[in-house]
Amino acid sequence: MFGTIWIIPFLPLLSFLILAITGKRWSEKTVSILGVGSVGISALFTVLIGIQFLTNPPPGHFVVQTLWSWMEVGSLTPAIAFHLDALSLVFCFVVTFVGFIIHLYSSEFMEEDEGFSRFFAYMNLFVGSMLILVLADNLVLLYLGWEGVGLCSYLLIGFWYKDPQNGYAARKAFVVTRVGDTAMAIGLFLLFTSFGTLHIDTLLDAASQNWATGTTMAVLASALLLGGAVGKSAQLPLQTWLPDAMAGPTPVSALIHAATMVTAGVYLIARTNVIFMLAPATQLAVAIIGAATLLIAGFAALTQVDIKRVLAYSTISQIGYMFLALGVGAWSAAILHFMTHAFFKALLFLAAGVVILAMHHEHNMFKMGGLRKELPITFWTFLIGSASLAALPIVTAGFYSKDLILWYAWAGEQGNFWLWLAGFAGAFITAIYTFRMVFVTFYGKRKSEISHKPGKRMLIPLVILAVFSIIGGLVETPHTLGHIQLFSKMLENVLPSTGILHSGISEELILQIVTALLALLGIYLAYYLWLKKFSLVQKITQVKLLATSQRFFFSGWGFDWLYDRLFVFPAVWLARINRRDFIDLFYDGIADANRYFHQELRKTQSGQIRWYALGILIGALITLTIVVFI
Amino acid sequence: MILVWIIALLMLGGILSLISGKWSHRAPRWISLAANTLAFLLVIRVWISNYARMSISEQHNWIIDLSWEWIPQFGIQFHLAMDGLSLLMVMLTLFLSIASILVSWTEITERVGFFHFNLMFIIAGIIGVFTALDLFLFYFFWEVMLIPMYFLIGIWGHENRIYASFKFFIFTQASGLLMFLSILALYFIHGQSSGEYTFDYMVLLGTTMSPAAARWIMAGFLIAFLVKLPAVPVHNWLPDAHTQAPTAGSVILAGLLLKTGAYGILRFVLPLFPDAAAEFAPVALLLGVISILYGAKLAYAQTDFRRLVAYTSVSHMGFVLLGSFAFNELALQGVIMQMISHGLSTGALFILAGLLQERIHTRDMTTMGGLWARVPRMGGIGMVFAMASLGLPGFGNFIAEFLILLGVYQSAVIWAILATLGLIASTIYSLHIIQRIFHGKPQKEWSLTDFNVREMCVMVSMVLLLLWIGIYPKPFLLTSRTSTFQIQKFLQPGMNYPDEYQSDKDIPPCGQNGSVPYSNTPSEQIDITLSKFPRQKTSLSFMETHGFRPDCYGKYGILFKQMQGETS
Amino acid sequence: MTVVPMETGLLLAGILFLLGLVGVLVRRNVIFMLMSIEIMLNAAGLAFVIAGASWGQADGQVMFIFILTMAAAEVSVGLALILQFYRQFKTLDADVASQMRE
Repeated sequence: MFGTIWIIPFLPLLSFLILAITGKRWSEKTVSILGVGSVGISALFTVLIGIQFLTNPPPGHFVVQTLWSWMEVGSLTPAIAFHLDALSLVFCFVVTFVGFIIHLYSSEFMEEDEGFSRFFAYMNLFVGSMLILVLADNLVLLYLGWEGVGLCSYLLIGFWYKDPQNGYAARKAFVVTRVGDTAMAIGLFLLFTSFGTLHIDTLLDAASQNWATGTTMAVLASALLLGGAVGKSAQLPLQTWLPDAMAGPTPVSALIHAATMVTAGVYLIARTNVIFMLAPATQLAVAIIGAATLLIAGFAALTQVDIKRVLAYSTISQIGYMFLALGVGAWSAAILHFMTHAFFKALLFLAAGVVILAMHHEHNMFKMGGLRKELPITFWTFLIGSASLAALPIVTAGFYSKDLILWYAWAGEQGNFWLWLAGFAGAFITAIYTFRMVFVTFYGKRKSEISHKPGKRMLIPLVILAVFSIIGGLVETPHTLGHIQLFSKMLENVLPSTGILHSGISEELILQIVTALLALLGIYLAYYLWLKKFSLVQKITQVKLLATSQRFFFSGWGFDWLYDRLFVFPAVWLARINRRDFIDLFYDGIADANRYFHQELRKTQSGQIRWYALGILIGALITLTIVVFI
Repeated sequence: MILVWIIALLMLGGILSLISGKWSHRAPRWISLAANTLAFLLVIRVWISNYARMSISEQHNWIIDLSWEWIPQFGIQFHLAMDGLSLLMVMLTLFLSIASILVSWTEITERVGFFHFNLMFIIAGIIGVFTALDLFLFYFFWEVMLIPMYFLIGIWGHENRIYASFKFFIFTQASGLLMFLSILALYFIHGQSSGEYTFDYMVLLGTTMSPAAARWIMAGFLIAFLVKLPAVPVHNWLPDAHTQAPTAGSVILAGLLLKTGAYGILRFVLPLFPDAAAEFAPVALLLGVISILYGAKLAYAQTDFRRLVAYTSVSHMGFVLLGSFAFNELALQGVIMQMISHGLSTGALFILAGLLQERIHTRDMTTMGGLWARVPRMGGIGMVFAMASLGLPGFGNFIAEFLILLGVYQSAVIWAILATLGLIASTIYSLHIIQRIFHGKPQKEWSLTDFNVREMCVMVSMVLLLLWIGIYPKPFLLTSRTSTFQIQKFLQPGMNYPDEYQSDKDIPPCGQNGSVPYSNTPSEQIDITLSKFPRQKTSLSFMETHGFRPDCYGKYGILFKQMQGETS
Repeated sequence: MTVVPMETGLLLAGILFLLGLVGVLVRRNVIFMLMSIEIMLNAAGLAFVIAGASWGQADGQVMFIFILTMAAAEVSVGLALILQFYRQFKTLDADVASQMRE
C-alpha cells in the first residue's frame, strides 16, 4: 500500500491537467465528477494508507517513496520523493478529506458559473500542490508545493477576475506571501550552505549534531523559516492579505484560507522543529507572534460586519493559537488544533456560503437576520461550528485542542503566564465575536427574502463537518476527562513531546473550569449585547473614543494604512517618476551633444570658396609651423 | 563536420529564401522552416548520440572539434567546436528560430524573401558564435548576426524603428569594436610572449600577461558582453529594440542574442582572464543585483507590453551576470539553465505580445483588460509564462534562479539576499501583466480571435519544454556539467576532487553521519585540512562559524571548498 | 652679369605667392580668382627655378615645365567650368555658387 503514496497528489494533478486543457468541452456534471472524484479517491487512498500506517507501522515510523531524482548539481541532489510519517499523514488526511467535502459542496455552489471547469481545475491544482507540500521529503520540493498553493490562492481569490477589486486582493495575497517566501528561500540557502543538503531528515540530523542550542546560525535559520511561515499563515506582520482574500468564492475561503493552505506555516515549523528547538529565541518569537496575532485579529473580528471577514480574522486568530502552541513547544497540540480548526472553520465558511447564497450574495451580517427558521440545517451546523470555535466545553472539538494549548502555555517548560493570559483573553474574545455572528445572522427579525435554498450537495458536507466538529477532539483528551492520548501517541515519533513544569489534576481542572466559564460568559455577553439590548451597542459606538477604536479595529489595526505608506506608495512613486529610465538621459545626452557639434561644425561649410581657401591657408600655415619649429 | 553542415544549411536556406521570395510569399517560409527543422534534428541527433558519454564523464571534452586553416599567415583558423554548453545553446537557437519562423507566418507580408534571408543569417551567425573557437572567427560571426538584425528591426519594425535600429546597432557595434581591439591585443601579447601568432582559443588560454594588461583586455571583452547581456547601465538599447522589432526579431533578440553575451562571459571572460575576473567579481555582482532590481522596477512602471517584457529581460539576465561571477558549480549550472529558461519564457512572452499586437494593433496595456473571457487560450498561456517569469517552482526559471541564488549565497551572502528580493519584484510585475491584459474590466471592445493551431503548437511546445526543465532538468544539467567543471578549473586551478581527499591518510576518520561536531575537532586538524588548499583564501573563521569538516562530506567537500575559497 | 642672391629671388616668389593668395581670398569674380591661382602657381614655379639656378641643377627647370603643363591643363578645365558656371548663374560672382553646398 505504501507504494501508492504517489497516487495521492497525482490524482488531483491529473484531474487539473485534464480540466485545464479540455475543461471547456465537458458538461458541468462531467467536470464535477472529475474534480470531486479525483480528490475523493485521493482521500480514499489516504485513509487506506493511513490505516495501514497505524495498524502496521513501517520501520522507523516513516515511508519514503522516491519517484525520480530532480537535479544533481554538486551536493544539491533533491529528489521528487514523498515522505510519509504521522505528521504528513494528519495533514494529508485533512487536505484530502476536508478538500473532498468542500469540492462536493462547490459542485453545487458554483453551479452555472461560467468558469465552472476553471474553478475545479484550480481547486484540484491546489489540492495537488498542498499534498506535495506536506509529503515533500526535501525542502526544495516543499518549496515547490509552497509556491504552488500560493499560485492557486492567487488564482482563486481572483477567480471572478472581471472585478478589479478581486484582482487587487489576489495580487496582494500573492505578493505579501511572496515576501515571506523570500525569507524562507534565504533560509534554505543558509541551511544548504551550512549542511550541504536540503533533505529534511538529513538536515535536521546535521543541525542537531553541529549546532549548539542558541547558535547564531540556528537562530538565523529558524527566523528565516519563520518568515516564510508567517507569510503563508497570515501572522503578524504579514497578516494583511487574508481578510482581503475573502474576495474569492466561499468554498475557496473554506479550503484554502481557513482549513489548509494558511496552516502550511504551522506545518513548516512543526516539520523543522529541531531547528526551532535549537533556537529558543526564535521559538519565543513564534509564541509571541502567535499571542499578539490572536489578540489583534480577535479584536478586529469583533468589529467586522462582513460575515466572511469575521471568519477571516477568526482564522488568523486561531492560527495565532497554533503558533502559540508551537512557540511553547506543544507541537502535537498545535497539530491537533490545526485538525479541529480545519473541521469547524471549513464548516463555518461553508455554512456562511449557504447564507450568502440565500441572501443574494449579501455579505453584511446586519442586513441578514432571522435565518434560523429559513435555513434550519444550516443554522444548526453553523451553531455547532460556532460552539466549537468558541470552545464550548466537553461537547466540542475546539475545546479539547484549545484547552491543550492553554494548558501547555501555562504549564509547559517554555510557557509563561503572559502567553497563557493572551490565549485566555483570546478565548473570551473568540466567544464574543463568534456568537455575535450567530445572533446577528440567525436570530432577530428577517430582513430580506431567501433567494436560494441549499441542495443536498451543500447540506451533506455541512452535516459531515458538524459531526467532526463535535467528535474530532476526542482523539486527545485532558487528564480530567479520560486522558485519551491517541493523537500525541501517533505523533510522538515525529514531534518531540512537551516538557511540563507544573502538573496536577486540580490545577488543570481549575484552569479548564475558568476557561469554560469565560467562554460561556463571552457567549452570554454576545447574547446580551447583540440580541437583547442591541441599542446598547449603538449607544456604545456613539462614544467618541470607542468609535475611534472601533474604526481602528475595523481596519485591522491600520496595518494596511501603514504598509501602503511604507512600501506601496514609495514604490509606485518611484516607478512613476522614473518610467522613462533616467540612465537613458545619459545616452540621449551623448546623442544630443553629437547633434549639437554637428550643427556647429556644419556652419563652417558655408559654400563660399574664399572661406575654404582661407581654411586651406590657415591649415597650411599651422602645418608649416609644426614642421619648421617643432 | 556536422556543424559546418548546419551553418551551411542555414545560409543556403537563407539564400534560397531570398531568391524564391521574388516569385512567392509562401516559398521562403517553407524553405526556411524546412532548413531550420532539418538543422534542429541534426543537433538533436548529436545530443542523443553523445548524451551517454557526456553524462558520465567527469572530464570536459569537445563533442565535435573541427579545425581548418583559413588565413594561416595571420594564424587564423576556421575552428568550430562544441561541448555541452554550446550544444544546449545551439539547440535553444534552432528551437527558437523555428518558433520565430512560425510566428512570422502571417505577420510578415512584405519582402518575405529578404526577411527570411536575414533571419537565417542571424541564426547561422548565432550558431557560429556559440561554436567558434577561433577568436577571429568568433568576431566574424558576431558581426554576421549583428547586421541582419539591424535590417530586421529597421525594415520590418514598428513606428519608431529607425531610431531603435540605430540605437541597437551603435551600442552593439561600438562595444563589439572594443572586443575586437581586445582580441587583437591578446593576439599580439600572446604572439610576443610565445612567438606564436594565433587567434586560436585553446592556445590563447595559456597566455601569460601582466595583471594590468589582463584587466584592460578583459574590460574590452566584458563591455561587449555586458552590452549584449544587457546589464545596467548599458541596457538602454534593449527596450527600444524590443518594442520596435517584429515578433521574430524580439524572440531572437531576447532568446538568443542576449545569450551570446552570457555565453561570451562563460566561454571567454572567465577562462581567459580568471584572475582579472576574480578581481572584477564584486563589481559584477553589484551590477547583477542592480540589473535585477532596477530592471524589475522599470518593468513595473511600463504601460507598453513589450517594453515591460524587455525590462524583465534586463532583470532576468541580471541573474546570469550574478551567477557567472559566483564561480561555483551551482551558480554556473544555474546560469546555463537560466539562459535556456529565460530564452523560452521571455521568448514566449514576446510571441504573446506580438500575436496580441497583430490582432489589436496596440501594445498599450492601458487599453487592454478583461481579455481572458474573449481569448481563454491566450489567457491561459499568458498566465503560464507570467508564472514562469516570476520563478514559480515547476518551471525551468525556478531551477535556474534557485541554483544561481544558492551558488551566489555561498560566495557572497549579501548579494544573494539582495538578489532574492528580486523574487518579490518579479512577482509584482508578472501579476501586473496578467491584471492589465487578461483580468479586470475590458477597456475597449476588441474583436480578436484566439490562438489558432499553428500558434498553439508553438506556445504549447514552449510550455512543455519549460516544464521539462522545471521537473526533470537532469538531462540538461548533465549535458552542461563538464563545461562548468572546465570553467571552474580555470578559476580554481587548485580544485581537488573528492578522490584525492579520501586517499589522504593524515585526516582522522569522520564521525557519524559524515560529520564531526566542531567542538570535537582540534584546531590542528583544521590546519591540516586547510593546508590542502593553499591556493585558496580559505578562512578559518568561516569554518568556525559553520563548524563543519569539508572532507567529511564526501562529494559535498568540493562545494565547501569553493565556498571557503570565495567567502573570504 | 651680377648674380642675384637666392634670398631676393625667393622673396620675389613669396611676394608673388602672397599676391596670388590675397587675390583668391578677396576677389569674388571667378575669373580673377583663377588668374590669382595662376599667379600662385607661377610663384611656386619661380621658386623652383631660383632654387635650381642657385644649386646649378636642372631639376628646378624640369619641375617648372611640369607646373607649366599642369597650369595649362588646369586653366582649360577651369575656364570650361567658369563658362558652365556663367551659363547657370548668369554671373561670375563666386559667392552665388554657395548654394551648391547642399
